[in-house]
Amino acid sequence: MKKDIILAGVGGQGILTIATVIGTAALIEGLQLKQAEVHGMSQRGGDVQSHLRISSNPIASDLIPEGKADLVISVEPMESLRYVNMLNKETGWIITSMNPFVNIPEYPDLEVILNEIWNLPHNVTIDAEKVAKEQGSIKAANIVVLGAALPYLGIKPESFEKAIESIFAKKGDDMVKMNLKALHAGRQLADKRG
Amino acid sequence: MQKLLLLGDEAIAQGAIDAGLSGVYAYPGTPSTEITEYIQASAEAKERHIRSNWSANEKTAMESAIGMSYAGKKALVCMKHVGLNVAADAFVNSAITGANGGLVILSADDPSMHSSQNEQDSRFYGKFAMIPVLEPSNQQEAYDMTRYAFTLSEKFGTPVLIRVTTRLAHSRSGVLRAEILEQNDLSLPSNLKQFVLLPSIARRQYNLLLGKQAQFEADAAQSGFNTLIQGSDTTLGIIACGLAYNYLMENFENHQVPFSVLKIGQYPVPHELVEKLYDTSDEILVLEDGYPVFEELLKGYLNRGKKIMGRMDGTVPAAGELNPNIVAKAIGLPVSEGFQQPKILQGRPPSLCEGCSHTDSFLALNEALARYSSGRVFSDIGCYTLSALKPLESINSCVDMGASITMAVGAADAGLVPAVAAIGDSTFTHSGMTGLLDAVNNNSPILVLILDNATTGMTGGQDSSAHGRVDDIVKGLGVDEEHIRVIIPLRRNHEENVKIMLEELEYMGVSVIIARRECIQTLGRRMKLKALQKKEAGN
Repeated sequence: MKKDIILAGVGGQGILTIATVIGTAALIEGLQLKQAEVHGMSQRGGDVQSHLRISSNPIASDLIPEGKADLVISVEPMESLRYVNMLNKETGWIITSMNPFVNIPEYPDLEVILNEIWNLPHNVTIDAEKVAKEQGSIKAANIVVLGAALPYLGIKPESFEKAIESIFAKKGDDMVKMNLKALHAGRQLADKRG
Repeated sequence: MQKLLLLGDEAIAQGAIDAGLSGVYAYPGTPSTEITEYIQASAEAKERHIRSNWSANEKTAMESAIGMSYAGKKALVCMKHVGLNVAADAFVNSAITGANGGLVILSADDPSMHSSQNEQDSRFYGKFAMIPVLEPSNQQEAYDMTRYAFTLSEKFGTPVLIRVTTRLAHSRSGVLRAEILEQNDLSLPSNLKQFVLLPSIARRQYNLLLGKQAQFEADAAQSGFNTLIQGSDTTLGIIACGLAYNYLMENFENHQVPFSVLKIGQYPVPHELVEKLYDTSDEILVLEDGYPVFEELLKGYLNRGKKIMGRMDGTVPAAGELNPNIVAKAIGLPVSEGFQQPKILQGRPPSLCEGCSHTDSFLALNEALARYSSGRVFSDIGCYTLSALKPLESINSCVDMGASITMAVGAADAGLVPAVAAIGDSTFTHSGMTGLLDAVNNNSPILVLILDNATTGMTGGQDSSAHGRVDDIVKGLGVDEEHIRVIIPLRRNHEENVKIMLEELEYMGVSVIIARRECIQTLGRRMKLKALQKKEAGN
């Protein structure tokens, strides 16, 4: 199996946490892994992205070739569109939160952004913040998005649960439970088109 | 043994610890910062008393590492590529003195300038200093080569350079560790004048270095880090340096390349491997991340041999990092494309954090300078460089560490008076102090705004060497005390701060205004840690 995933969002939105959960789950299943990220902009409101590659075979490039990404998983809608050039046109899925992060003056109309996303052949959108709040914390929005991406990752849900348990363990039992709920809620409530 | 999931940087750090490291000396610089941070956080490093405090700048770091090497122990120096410019004097001369304890320099390049002023290629420095260079292509190699670098350094009594790029430094993959080695004992060089570079001694040392060159190449031929894989298709021979090798492999099913491939991981590159590839291929393609260092060497000035393709002839774009598709195009393979990016996309440039002290400082400066013509603010490298962008648009230069003050001196000499320099506290202790001394000696009519947020912010909030002593340092350098002002950059102090700036702008000598307020990020982390400790103490 192989999954080439672009993770996207704005600095501070927990993109690297998603990467860590997926990465840990992949290791639990004995898969090979490469995960490339760009540091430094995360504190400063810039766009961040990570290339996450999972495979049963050795992986060569740390960067995903353009046009070959299986998934774009984004915590912010406009950011998801930034990487459509990376997406495999035939089989690639875009999975994104619908909640805009407006920290620039010329942020486009959200309607227009969502329509662009819904025009793509395989897309999943989710009101991540709403779902996260219902599960206990808006900060879990990133895990909600990850939940929505679960069916497309080719990794057993149990491995993800184990990954969340190990990553959030030191933040306490409540945190672990809440994030597990967020993960499942994301999976249930995602709006899939295509 | 369980594989560790490590960034390239972390693999280097673990490799150094496992090689028997006694000290790491460094100044923060993306993408190298994480190496030192890993060692600082490592329990093993703590047990083994591996010293790891940040240095004032890359030159002092390099020199202290030479000192540790002189004393017989293994030292690692880490920096970003432009940091090697700062360390260059010590670096080049460490090749002449030679190493006693293993001395390894790690320089992290940044092709595509993800967070740098240029994409200079550190391999040039290795060649310039005439020392071996190692260039890993993946995280496991980064670990293995770091261990090997120390072995190599002690075998030949020479410093060794390891060169990585951003995409390896900041990419994670599985790494297997080997056994951890003991540190060296304190032991001085048998020749106690070896490190004295008086001409008579330096000449002898230099001849020794020249004599080692053939041995360096012989080692590169048998270390296993340079490999030639013959292919059946002789129309093309490909030379792939470091990370470029991965992008090449990515383009072939099961990583089976029909052409001959010379994978380069250690310099000087063995002639016989290159000759073999050259003789058995019609044309050559050189793939390297950074400058066409090897391509140019291979082509020679007259380029009269076989066709050699690469950055110099446009087969690969001259600027910017490599990626799998660039390599595919260079070989003539079909390239996949995704969807067109929609036109509605807006850039999201990094900006100063909400509540950053620099915003308040620059708002005040902007207002104070409103009565003067624009274009007179010389700045430096740090978070505050972002003030060049909207909405502040406060600064007009950022060239290299410390250049703010010295450029202000030069511009004032040319008649641009008053000239203003805006510099951070960490940058100031890195390379601003000597510039301020120049300004004082010249009585330059400049205003130096030291943005003291008590940290090295842009790289992630490492300790600043200024340690709250900026005032004393400035006084010590001879600035008139009446023109050393301390302000707190906050909205509520805006009017008062503008007034102080106006006063000092009018003064026709050196003024220093220290704008002091802790970085909001480090403050936040500190408070969080405090709260956590309080909670644990209460339990």
